[in-house]
Amino acid sequence: MRFFLYSCKQAHQIVSEGLDRPLTVSEKARLKLHLSICDACTNFNGQMQLLRKAMHRVALDPDPTNATSTDPKQR
Amino acid sequence: MKGLFDRPEFYRIITRLLAPIHVQFMTSLVDLHQQLESMRPVLLRFAFLQLRNDNAAEDAVQEALLAVLEKPESFAGQSSLRTYVTGILKFKIIDHLRSLKREVALDTNDDESETDLIDSLFKANGHTVSMPNAWGEPESTLQQKDFFRVLEICLENLPEKTARVFMMREWLELDTEEICKELGLTASNLWVVLYRARLRLRECLDLNWFGNH
Repeated sequence: MRFFLYSCKQAHQIVSEGLDRPLTVSEKARLKLHLSICDACTNFNGQMQLLRKAMHRVALDPDPTNATSTDPKQR
Repeated sequence: MKGLFDRPEFYRIITRLLAPIHVQFMTSLVDLHQQLESMRPVLLRFAFLQLRNDNAAEDAVQEALLAVLEKPESFAGQSSLRTYVTGILKFKIIDHLRSLKREVALDTNDDESETDLIDSLFKANGHTVSMPNAWGEPESTLQQKDFFRVLEICLENLPEKTARVFMMREWLELDTEEICKELGLTASNLWVVLYRARLRLRECLDLNWFGNH
């Protein structure tokens, strides 16, 4: 069983790579198992998802929370 | 910095647009121009983060703003002007990245301390040295204007090359194959650069926004 478990170091890297490539079935399973028993990596995973979401908003609008003020339809 | 009014293209466009003179139309054009000018500073900051070159950043922003003025009718019905301009700016930046390609070949192996960055976060047995704290409710974080200011500062603080790669992936939203092709990186090389960028941004946000440590 031990060889199947990711260390936190491996899990962190897989969380990041999961944002850049499709993970294999084995990687997904190992990550899921690790996250189910590890709060540190679960928090890290949430932080990476937040970062992705935040950058996506910036990608649509570099000043996201200011967007409505320049919308001509609202004038 | 050259304003729109200093560029000959602007007058060419204006003359063409003036043909069907219409007072309301002119008002909205002046209005559009003012709105575009108000966006210029933030667009420039992001263009610079990506291109790391003042002239290229100014050119890309100028081209994007002119493109909107040239065809203001294309904007009708879009979600917001800012989103529309940002979309155009990203295309202009990709053009500039391609033309800069040869001048700024990317060497990602020059920074030995980057390996230490990853190692410093983990003990020898692979456990985290300090536990990443929960960041709370993501949606409420993303509603806060200041969060994006801090994020921008954190992006500015990334090492130059790391920032450029991260911005290509997360701001220009290019897929990894395309980035590898543009920069001559292998896929695994790219994944590591992006991983480091995220680790640095995580640390920076944790410290400066979430107030941990």
